Amino acid sequence: MAQNQPMIRVKNLCKSFGRKTVLDGFNLDISAGESLVIIGGSGTGKSVAIKCIQGLLTPDSGSVEIAGENVIGMAAQERERINSQIGMLFQAAALFDSLPVWENVAFGLLSEGRVNRTEGREVAIEKLALVGLDAKLADVSPADLSSGMQKRVGLARAIAIDPKIIFFDEPTTGLDPIMADIINNLIVAVNQKVGATALTITHDMQSAKKIGDRIAMLYQGKIIWIGRADEVENSGNPYVDQFIHGRIDGPIKMALRA
Amino acid sequence: MIFLQTVGRVFLAFLATAGRLSIFTISGVGHCLRPPFYFRIIAKQMIEIGYYSLPVVGLTAIFAGMVLALQSYTGFARFSAEGAIANVVVLSITRELGPVLAGLMVAGRIGAAMAAEIGTMRVTEQIDALTTLSTNPMKYLVAPRLIAGLTMMPLLVLVADIIGVFGGYLVAVHKLGFNPSNYIQNTWNFLEFTDVFSGLVKASVFGFIVTLMGCYHGYHSKGGAQGVGMATTNAVVSASILILCSDYILTEIFFSK
Repeated sequence: MAQNQPMIRVKNLCKSFGRKTVLDGFNLDISAGESLVIIGGSGTGKSVAIKCIQGLLTPDSGSVEIAGENVIGMAAQERERINSQIGMLFQAAALFDSLPVWENVAFGLLSEGRVNRTEGREVAIEKLALVGLDAKLADVSPADLSSGMQKRVGLARAIAIDPKIIFFDEPTTGLDPIMADIINNLIVAVNQKVGATALTITHDMQSAKKIGDRIAMLYQGKIIWIGRADEVENSGNPYVDQFIHGRIDGPIKMALRA
Repeated sequence: MIFLQTVGRVFLAFLATAGRLSIFTISGVGHCLRPPFYFRIIAKQMIEIGYYSLPVVGLTAIFAGMVLALQSYTGFARFSAEGAIANVVVLSITRELGPVLAGLMVAGRIGAAMAAEIGTMRVTEQIDALTTLSTNPMKYLVAPRLIAGLTMMPLLVLVADIIGVFGGYLVAVHKLGFNPSNYIQNTWNFLEFTDVFSGLVKASVFGFIVTLMGCYHGYHSKGGAQGVGMATTNAVVSASILILCSDYILTEIFFSK
């Protein structure tokens, strides 16, 4: 990767489902080690954007470069190599029900053959400790954990592979405010410790301001504003202003009516 | 005009589904043949299909054999051909009833469970999580189930054949008063290798169909709990229909002259 090359570069990404255009010229650069948060209302295409970058969806056009490599149309094995450097925390944690907590955490390491099962268990317990979970939970089924605990296990799984990039999909959705703050603090701590590039999508402004170095707003398939997290309150953009203050009146509603 | 549009739309939807299923099948079979192999999951699925399906398949087989003996007796007695009961029972069980009934029972039990499990994994993003963890979902979820279905169904049907024939023996000897050694002698005398072998080949094909339908419908489910429910129903119905269709084709291949 060239020295000034962003870790993630998205150029002119477009994605439609039938007649519905979700992403329409989506552009984004994220530097190595940076934490960027994409905000936007429900249904604006935040999840589609992150899934296109992650390779879970194929965009109609545009390019996604990760560490300087265009990953769109990449062969499956090559894509797996790229994915092995990426961790992801899903909105509902997406833990594997059929496996105990420790195997969930160590899954990426075990599937790549980086560790054997004994070592995998040790790494899992170490990562669980990093997200504030006790080792005795290692053998518990994910179904027996609270949603907050599941999020923590999901976070432990995302960092277990020592990723260069971490994606967070709505990390605080469905959590009470205290647990949401705990998760936010964990994400900040983990990002600092792992030193990874982080991309988060959320509509929780508390979370966005806490996690992000920069914040970008997605609206009608495009990034309409991007700036430092401390600038978001005074962005001067009426869409951002309406969104972060949760007001009914404003251009977003007018656009919806049109 | 509207009628033609409807016919055209249904036909195109059918072609699209057939295409998706073909690609899914080729991909699934391809992953069965290429390493890495997830032996722990294959073993787990083998136990699930072979061992845990045994009670329900065994019960179905024994009652099928018993009913067959009873029905054959009442029919054959009309033209004094009661002696053929042993032959009818063993041929019907090994050629047809063993594999077909076992296939249908396994479709209800395993096909539904697979569709529900994989469907739930799809709607809760667990399949996406597999991809993000550098694991191909087709290799991890589908290939082990296909291998387990292909290999365990013949074993299950072999056991079902023995239990079914034993069911016929029980009724013939203890209710209809047949001589036990004569009955066993008649059973052996008319049984040929092809009878058992064709049943086991059918079983293997049915095992593949059941697991393929369970995986396919689960993998493509969407829309939350309702979508998973629909996938489960579709898996069982499509597997049952395909079992009966392929049964005719295989019978034609093995026994038509």
